[in-house]
Amino acid sequence: MELQHINVKFLVARPEGVDLEALIPIFHGWIQEQAWGELLLDVADYRHVYSGPGVILIGHEGNYSVDNTDGRLGVRYNRKAAIGGSNLDRLRQAALAALRLCKGLEADPSLEGKLRFNGREIEIIFNDRLLAPNTPAAREAVRAELAPFLQQMLAGSDYSLSFNEEPRSLLQARVKASQTFSVEALSNHLASVSSTVV
Amino acid sequence: MKSSNALWKEHFSGKLPEALASEIDIFETEVALKKQGKRDDRLFAETRLRRGVYGQRYDNGQRHDGKKVQEMAYPNRELLKGPNTLWDAPGMQRIKIPGGGLDARQLEILADLAEEYSDGIAHVTTRQDVQLHYVHLEDTPTLMRRLAAVDITTQEACGNSVRNVTACSYAGVCQGEVFDVTPYSRALAKFLMGHPDVQNFGRKFKPAFSGCPQDACALTNMHDLGLIAVKRTENGQEKRGFEMYVGGGLGAVAYQAKLFDSFVPPEELMPLTQAIARVFARLGEKKNRNRARIKFLIQDLGIEKFKELVLEERKTLPHDPRWTEYLAGAEAPQEEPLKPAGELQTLGSEAYQRWLKTNIRPQKQAGYATVTVALPIGDITSYQLRILADIVRRFTKETIRTTVEQNFVIRWVSQSDLPELYQALDAVGLGAAGAGTIVDIVSCPGTDTCKLGISSSRGLAAELRKRLAEKSFQMDEAVQNLRIKISGCFNSCGQHHVADLGFYGVSRKMAGYAVPHFQVVLGGEWAHNGGSYGMPIVAIPSKNIPEVVTRLSDRYVAGRKNAESFQEFVKRTGKVELKKLLEDLTQPPANQTDHSFFKDWGDPREYSMGDHGVGECAGEVISSIEFDLAAAERKLFEAQVALDDGEAEQAGKAAYEAMLRAAKALVKADYLDVGDHPEQIVAEFRTRFYDTKTFFDPYAGGKFAHYLFEAHRKAGSPHTLDSARLLIDEAQLFIEASHSCSNRTGTLVGG
Repeated sequence: MELQHINVKFLVARPEGVDLEALIPIFHGWIQEQAWGELLLDVADYRHVYSGPGVILIGHEGNYSVDNTDGRLGVRYNRKAAIGGSNLDRLRQAALAALRLCKGLEADPSLEGKLRFNGREIEIIFNDRLLAPNTPAAREAVRAELAPFLQQMLAGSDYSLSFNEEPRSLLQARVKASQTFSVEALSNHLASVSSTVV
Repeated sequence: MKSSNALWKEHFSGKLPEALASEIDIFETEVALKKQGKRDDRLFAETRLRRGVYGQRYDNGQRHDGKKVQEMAYPNRELLKGPNTLWDAPGMQRIKIPGGGLDARQLEILADLAEEYSDGIAHVTTRQDVQLHYVHLEDTPTLMRRLAAVDITTQEACGNSVRNVTACSYAGVCQGEVFDVTPYSRALAKFLMGHPDVQNFGRKFKPAFSGCPQDACALTNMHDLGLIAVKRTENGQEKRGFEMYVGGGLGAVAYQAKLFDSFVPPEELMPLTQAIARVFARLGEKKNRNRARIKFLIQDLGIEKFKELVLEERKTLPHDPRWTEYLAGAEAPQEEPLKPAGELQTLGSEAYQRWLKTNIRPQKQAGYATVTVALPIGDITSYQLRILADIVRRFTKETIRTTVEQNFVIRWVSQSDLPELYQALDAVGLGAAGAGTIVDIVSCPGTDTCKLGISSSRGLAAELRKRLAEKSFQMDEAVQNLRIKISGCFNSCGQHHVADLGFYGVSRKMAGYAVPHFQVVLGGEWAHNGGSYGMPIVAIPSKNIPEVVTRLSDRYVAGRKNAESFQEFVKRTGKVELKKLLEDLTQPPANQTDHSFFKDWGDPREYSMGDHGVGECAGEVISSIEFDLAAAERKLFEAQVALDDGEAEQAGKAAYEAMLRAAKALVKADYLDVGDHPEQIVAEFRTRFYDTKTFFDPYAGGKFAHYLFEAHRKAGSPHTLDSARLLIDEAQLFIEASHSCSNRTGTLVGG
């Protein structure tokens, strides 16, 4: 099974305190600076939509957002362009990109520390229904693919893994770590493993 | 770009309707040829536009970031998908929904596509289409295949073609309608799709059907072709027909449609439209796109002369059995309910009561109602679309339509089911009350994604909606029922001309800054199919528009006489007085201390007109001969592929067909009804282009024409690899000569 177009979403703590409007100037500022080493294009504002994609920083290779899909607010990376390497490499790439966004937002003074990863809950979504259909067999295959990745990211800690089993939904794994982690810690765990991503 | 595109093609192989599959294969080949540098930018732009593949803001590779214009570092800035339009820049995919009609499976596929190829949002437009934004060009053939699998096409969704045929979303269930226009609108849409007579327009052509003259649901007055259901009695028998209107349109200067015929019987609907299309294609402006809509042709000719020409053309049309075949069963009921009729349940929460008041409309069929699902500025998430699919399956026989107010209407709901249906909608944020009221604001994409946008129509709409939603139910009822419509520029995609309070984006200089403004347009008439257009009053800075709404609504409540409508109030008050009321709002607040006033809604960048681009609404003016010659080249490409695969027979046959297509392209420009028979094509080509020496090359004379004659003479003979290769070379030369002939003769064959 080839996993492409991977999304990783880190759920935020106390979502009711997060002001999505404050993200708009932050994202525009990042486009001005083009400091991320990849092409950032525009900002899409969907705050008016119920449980929607929130505010999106549209990129050429991937989108970055603070996303409220399913009513679960989280910091999300959506890899749009296909990417080489192994499934593990691609999972790491998407997770590191989402963590980078987390780090940037947690550090931004205009958010006054109100947007923070809750330390335990992560969603991993596969945005391609042909490569990763939401079937029992594909879910089992993904469970096996996720094991080494989660082992790395959570540094061997226990976690629970569940799936959204609505067959029309994208294949989506929900991970809950048994202990809390900082964004920094998760980034360090993943960065310590060498990458072969092309 | 998605890595599964090739797999999807394989997945759908042999499973799609043949015509749609072939159309998508052709487009995919065009994309490949363009990528190889084998297609002209303009030709390819029109090719993709005719499949609904639109450009989007910043696709010229430049964006003003608030401080400066940035060159966007796409991987390949040399590769274009149209004039000054970068290949890799994301675009918009428009999806045609004839009459707005959808079923549950179609809703689910739209949900999947929004998620996988766009940004998780499907957007309902003011012409009942659905649009997806931020789509990569190379994903579009896959997207089209997935749509085709549920009988949706994007063919002719943009470009200089017949756009979506819209129809009243209450057709068939409306208490005030004359009859159900649904089957007629579908028949016309089917008939015109890909029809040769609609391929050579200078601009787009928009038809609309309404079931009655009094409501607004189809806005026939502002369409190129408007059809309103009427009945008359002939020899004691009641007959159905249509009032036919032509030449309406919005844009910078809005035109009301003119009556063409007060009674067009159904069997004349298609031939008369075909004749109109031919006259428009033949006489409509091609070079100056600002005067290329049919409204200008009618204005120049006068309606009587235009009518005379159309009726003359009608007489020359060869009979087409589809004119009546497509209408079979039109008078029979088109839909039926899932559940028995029921009684209206009025007990419930305050929110439910409000929803009942604004979003429910009893049908003409007792015990049933329509339910409007009000979408905020036309947006809906993939998850909501799936739940909507569940809801229409649970309560109806999947009877749902998009509306010109960017909403959905669920039809055939048993009235006793309304409380449960409300709960199901409300659980996913689709139970908002206020459909068709002041909070149900219509907006085009504006500066969010449109290349032509001047001001942020969606930003303003979202802001007004937020402010008004908080107090709308405390407002005077006369104000609650006002309509607000916003366009990002004068092109009027937000239909501001037919709103009580209309706004369109303009720009002004203030204190040395460019400042986003909206021109205030008051008193347009939504009813009577967009019965009259509003009056421009004054341009106001964007950030002052909420105050404009407050002042005008307060003044209306305070100054309205008896049950005076807003249109009557505006007319009586007059432009001078209304301008005086708003005059101070043309200036920034006196105590302005920061620059936020000079920025647009929802956009913290310093405002600039630097992003304003060249739009694609008008499409590229490409004559049908250019398309037909492109089709010949495509066939030749197939021949070359077959030869490479060692398929001599297939290669030779395709090369011959490529020559026939090129010959037909030339003949057709001179003689539209040439048909598809090889004998006739070759004979007509000989008479019109060989005997007259029109085709002759200045140096080679009639040599290339002989390639065709010889290939035709030998058609059916077996091919070897050598003979096929020779024929491919000859076909290539013949097609080149056809291009040269077209270029030399210009107007003769270019139309």
